[in-house]
Amino acid sequence: MAGLFSADAWSKIWTYRGTFLLGLENTAVTALFALALALVLGILFGLFATSGKRALAFLARVYVEVIQNTPVLLQMCFLYYALAFSDHSIGIINTGILTLGIYHGAYMAEVVRSGIEAIPRGQFEAAMAQGFGYLQRMYYIILPQSIKIILPPMVNQVVNLIKNTSCLYIVGGADLISVTYSFVTGENTGGAYAPAYLVSGLLFFIVCCPLSSLASMWEISLKKRDVRTGRPAKSLEGVR
Amino acid sequence: MEAFKGSLTMITNPAVFAYVMKGVAFTIVISVVAVLCGILFGSILAMVRNYCTSKKTRVFQWLSVIYIEIFRNTPLLLWIFICLVFCPCPKALEHKMWGLSSAEVKLLFKTAVALILFTSSVIAEIVRGGLNSVAHGQFEAGHSQGFSTVQIMLYIVLPQAFRNIVPTLLSQVITTIKDSSYLANVATIELMSRVKKLLSSAHRYNGLNTVNVSDVFVLFGFACLIYFIINFTLSCVVRRMQKRKKAVPARRQEVMP
Repeated sequence: MAGLFSADAWSKIWTYRGTFLLGLENTAVTALFALALALVLGILFGLFATSGKRALAFLARVYVEVIQNTPVLLQMCFLYYALAFSDHSIGIINTGILTLGIYHGAYMAEVVRSGIEAIPRGQFEAAMAQGFGYLQRMYYIILPQSIKIILPPMVNQVVNLIKNTSCLYIVGGADLISVTYSFVTGENTGGAYAPAYLVSGLLFFIVCCPLSSLASMWEISLKKRDVRTGRPAKSLEGVR
Repeated sequence: MEAFKGSLTMITNPAVFAYVMKGVAFTIVISVVAVLCGILFGSILAMVRNYCTSKKTRVFQWLSVIYIEIFRNTPLLLWIFICLVFCPCPKALEHKMWGLSSAEVKLLFKTAVALILFTSSVIAEIVRGGLNSVAHGQFEAGHSQGFSTVQIMLYIVLPQAFRNIVPTLLSQVITTIKDSSYLANVATIELMSRVKKLLSSAHRYNGLNTVNVSDVFVLFGFACLIYFIINFTLSCVVRRMQKRKKAVPARRQEVMP
C-alpha cells in the first residue's frame, strides 16, 4: 500500500487539492452539458420510435443500435481524431460533451421509448377520441403517466454518464481520473498512489452513490405500489 | 481520394489484418473470462447480500453491500489504474505466452483482474434480481422436503434464478465487450488499443508517409464494424429470448385455464 498511511503523501495531496477540485469541476461540467444533450436526443428519438411513422422509427432504431453496440471509448477516439486530423479540433471537453451526449442519448431514447410503450394503448385511443393533438396527447396524458417509470432508469443513466467521463483520459482529458493519474505519475507529485486514488474514488462515490441508491429505492417502491394496486409490475426490461 | 485508397490498403494488408484480428480474439477472450468469473463471484456476493441476514452472519452481508456499492459507483478506469499498481501478479505468469512479451502478459493479467472485479459487482446485482424473482414458497417447500439450505440453493433456487436472468446476463456480455475497450487506456493488447496503435503508425502502412483523416475513418470505422457485428448479433439473441420468455406464460394459461 504505497503511502496509504504516510503523512507525507497525504500532505502532498492537501497541497495539490486544487488540482483534484479542478478535475472534479471538469467532470461535473462535462457531465452536466452531456446530460442536457442526452436528454434532448433521448426524448426526440424516443418520440420518433413511438411515433408510428415507419421512417422515423427506423431512424431511431439505427441510431440506438449503432451507438449502443459500439464502445463509447471508440466513438470518442473516432470523433476526436477525425476532427483533429482535419484541423477542426473543438477541444477535449467539447469532444467529451458531444460524445457522451450522443452515447447516453441512445440509452435515454430506449428508456423513453419503453416508458411510453408501457402505457396501455387505450390511453392513446381515449386521448385521440377526445380530440387531443399529438403534442397535447403526449404532454397531458402519456408523459405524466410514463415519467414515473422512466425516471429510475434515467437516474441510473446519469450515474453511468458521470462514470463515463473517465473516457476523456484516452484523448488526454482534464477530468478527475486523468488529473489523478497525471498527479500520481507527475515528476514533482508522483508516488502518492494510494491516497490519490482513494480521494478520487471517494469523490466519485460521493456523487454517484446517492443517485444510484435513489434510483433503486424508487424502483422498489414503484414495484411495491404496482403489487398493492394489483397492476402488473412494469419493469423496463430490455433497457440495458 | 488517393489518401483514402492508401488507407484502405492498410486493412487489406494481411499482416495488419491479422494483427487486428488477434486483438478481436483477445477482446472476446477477456470479456468471456470476465463474465464467467463475474458470474461466480457475483452469485456469491448476491447470495451473501440476500440471505446472510442472521445476527452472526450480518457482517458478511455488510461487506458484500459495501463491495457492490463501491464498485458500482466508481469508474472502471480508476480500478484499472489501481490494479496496475497494487495487484500482485503471480510469478508463474511472468514469461512469454500466446505471442506476447512477459510485460504484456503481466499487464493483461492486472487489467483483467480489474475488469473481473468491476463486472462481478454488476453481475451481483443482476443475480440478486433473479434471486428475488424466485417465490419464497420455494424455500419452504424445499425445507419441508428435508433439503438443507445449501441444497435448496443449488438444486431449487439458483437454477430458477439463472433461468430468469439469462437474457440480462447476455446483455451484460455486450456491456463487458464494450467495457473491455477501457483496457486500451493502459495499452493492453485488445482490439481498441491495437487500432489506436495502428493509427499512430499509419504513415508506415498507407504508403503516404503521413497520417490523414481517411486513416482515422478507415481504422476506427473498421473497429466500429467489428464491435457492431459482435454486439448486434448478441443483442438480437437477447431480444429473441425476451420475446420467447414473454410468450411462454401466455401459452400456458391457454392450456390450463
